[in-house]
Amino acid sequence: MSDETKYQQFRKSQSAQRKLGIFIREVIAVILIVFSIFPILWVISASLSPTGTLATQTLIPRNPSFDNYRTLLEAEQFPFWTWFFNSIKISTIVAVVSLFITAMAGYAFSRFRFRSRQTMLKGIMLINVFPGLLALVATFLMISQIGDVLPFIGLDQQFSLILVYLGGAMGINIWLMKGYLDTIPREIDESAMVEGASNWQIFTKLLIPLLRPILIVIAIINYIGTYGEFVLARVLLRSNENYTLMVGLQIFAGAQFQQRWGVFAAGALMGALPIMIIYLALQDQIVGGLTQGAVKG
Amino acid sequence: MTSKADRNASKDTASSIPVLPRILKLALLIAMDTFVLWFLIKLGALGYYPLAAAFLIIFSFVNIVVLRKEAYPLRWMVIGLVLMALFTIYPIFFTVWVSSTNYGEGHLITKKQAMDQILGRKYLPPEGETYSWTAYKSPEGDYALWLVDAEGNGFLAKPGEPIAQPKPGEAGIGELDEKGIPITIEGYERLNPFTAATDQNLTQIQFGEEGKTIQIRSPSEAAELVPLYVYDSGQDAMIDQQTGVVYTNLRGTFTSSSGVSLRPGFIAPIGLNNFRNFFISPALRGPMVELVTWNFAFAFFSLLINFALGLAIAVLFNDPKFPLKKTIRSLLIIPYTVPALITILIWRGMLNPQLGIISRTLENIFGWSPAWFSDQWWAKFAILLVNLWLSYPYFMLICSGALQSISKDLYEAALVDGASSWQQFRKITLPLLLVAVGPLLIASFTFNFNNFNLIFIFNAGGPPIPGTPTPAGYTDILISYVYNLAFSGARGVDYGFAAAITIIIFIIVGLITLFQYRYTRMWEEVSQNV
Repeated sequence: MSDETKYQQFRKSQSAQRKLGIFIREVIAVILIVFSIFPILWVISASLSPTGTLATQTLIPRNPSFDNYRTLLEAEQFPFWTWFFNSIKISTIVAVVSLFITAMAGYAFSRFRFRSRQTMLKGIMLINVFPGLLALVATFLMISQIGDVLPFIGLDQQFSLILVYLGGAMGINIWLMKGYLDTIPREIDESAMVEGASNWQIFTKLLIPLLRPILIVIAIINYIGTYGEFVLARVLLRSNENYTLMVGLQIFAGAQFQQRWGVFAAGALMGALPIMIIYLALQDQIVGGLTQGAVKG
Repeated sequence: MTSKADRNASKDTASSIPVLPRILKLALLIAMDTFVLWFLIKLGALGYYPLAAAFLIIFSFVNIVVLRKEAYPLRWMVIGLVLMALFTIYPIFFTVWVSSTNYGEGHLITKKQAMDQILGRKYLPPEGETYSWTAYKSPEGDYALWLVDAEGNGFLAKPGEPIAQPKPGEAGIGELDEKGIPITIEGYERLNPFTAATDQNLTQIQFGEEGKTIQIRSPSEAAELVPLYVYDSGQDAMIDQQTGVVYTNLRGTFTSSSGVSLRPGFIAPIGLNNFRNFFISPALRGPMVELVTWNFAFAFFSLLINFALGLAIAVLFNDPKFPLKKTIRSLLIIPYTVPALITILIWRGMLNPQLGIISRTLENIFGWSPAWFSDQWWAKFAILLVNLWLSYPYFMLICSGALQSISKDLYEAALVDGASSWQQFRKITLPLLLVAVGPLLIASFTFNFNNFNLIFIFNAGGPPIPGTPTPAGYTDILISYVYNLAFSGARGVDYGFAAAITIIIFIIVGLITLFQYRYTRMWEEVSQNV
């Protein structure tokens, strides 16, 4: 056999192998997809199942209805809307304010040269090694001490929770922002400066529009992170009407999980929906941002 | 070029700012400083010295930034810096401080607050200035006293109000009788001496307010109360004025030589005792070894399993011609899009023994299902399973990203050399991939090392380890144990010990990060980029 035919045979067997490979991979894909979406399907089914308990649920509910949703929205002791609104409010404020903080700090780090610049940039990176969750006890004690003098920054205040979240705004995102700004040529700023524009005008009128893609990514990552945060909210907030959705759902689950599984499922789905939509709609941008920055937290 | 821009920047601020904004800025700064100063005084009065020091430093810095021209760039980030200093950096230092104290049950307030409470206690001395008294009672059951001192001056005393010296006609005082005692007081009825002497309530009431209080000592006499304790700063002790007993400060409680202590106790430094407890307390050693071992095992196996599955999927579907690639990815990413807390709760429901779908299915097929929540090994297995579901999409995403960046030429060359797919994977894909995602893997290890949400929400660290001095479970990790110590309240909170364990977590996380920087040369990269 010549080398030529050997190579052709090799190619032929390779193509057969390839087809088999694709088939196997399709089977694996189906198994993985089942693994991935089964819990979600199960919760959708639970939320539509009128019997509403954990034990009686089947995958295709008999006589599906929206009873669980109605019960959820009418339940007095579990004010779903209040929790949902609290979560949306807190996440929006944190996302917007930290965007301002990040953008302005990123601008300063990228455009000015000052003495402590390098130390500060490295310091921010080092501090990020210890996420706020770790110093939980100290944060709790600190807020309770401040609250003894200023009750509006004390325990059970959403304002103090927001401040604590914002304490993490000068984080790894500063690096992301600065890196992005560094790619925008400084000649743009300088020509504007010659025209007599101030730094503030250059920043707001010129750079912000150019920064829009990275700003959206950072805002969304912050929004999702704040929306899903549990432990600080659990520790700092004390009363039913102040809870975020995550705290509320956890408490709901602790109280009447088995009997009211259907109602919980309805709440879980409605709570998860906004974030799922954001994720799936903006997949590519978010993934890019996440893999550069931190792990989901 | 750089320096030109900077010069422009500083020139801008120096000359072109008109007078009005500058005055406005100064006014705002003064207002802020006044407020902060008031706040500092209040903090000092409560004995919150570490917090007061932090505010002092941070707001001095704000003043410098606003006033000094060369700090102009920092004005762009001053709010972010203040928030970071207060709510991220200060808690780290405060943790260190708390870990060196007995902050916790019985020692929940500062020494200053405890001393204020103790020094506020009064007693009725056997001697001292006395008054004769007449009692009045309102229909609502409130009492008032009319006091007459040795010189014959009359005083009106009510609980919680300063003692006054009104004349007839003022404050509802009616005509005086021949002894100089008002016949009527508006809103009150005068009690006859016999009723008053037998009224049980009357002798318990302290009339007047802080500073001067008067209590009835006998049917004929009332006297001013005096402080029961006097503080002797020389020996750091409270001295009981009635009995002469000396209560010295013993680790946060004023205690007498016979072992009687004054409530409340207060936060006191106890050095490294919390750390000593962690390392050598015999009662804690068993559970601690258990906890730390599981903590590392959990983080390690989570990383291994999640990364393995994520990588396998990424490699399998790396083929750009694979049908429906984009759709498959979107479906596989779904677990990642649901907030983790919600997912964990859903899994809790699905694994519920007897009732959950998974347990029911296993029951139907095998006639048996594992005790997911009450058996420690099954609980650990379930946690790893849930974590796999939660995190493999992340690894899939980062691995497929990294795979794109590996040059196709390498595989062509390997094919020509006759390398098998497994060899290609071992010798080309894996090493290059690890270089790319290495830092993210280490970050993920650190994240799982402190994955509080999963542990706490899935099974609250349970099943519990029997016979531990403070509640701990077989699936507890350090951070969830810290939470139990500080917030569960089952056997009283212990912030000091919780903070000490936090410090140990800090050290572990710090060491892992140090390794990360060393191993990946990330720091050098960082230094080049700044």
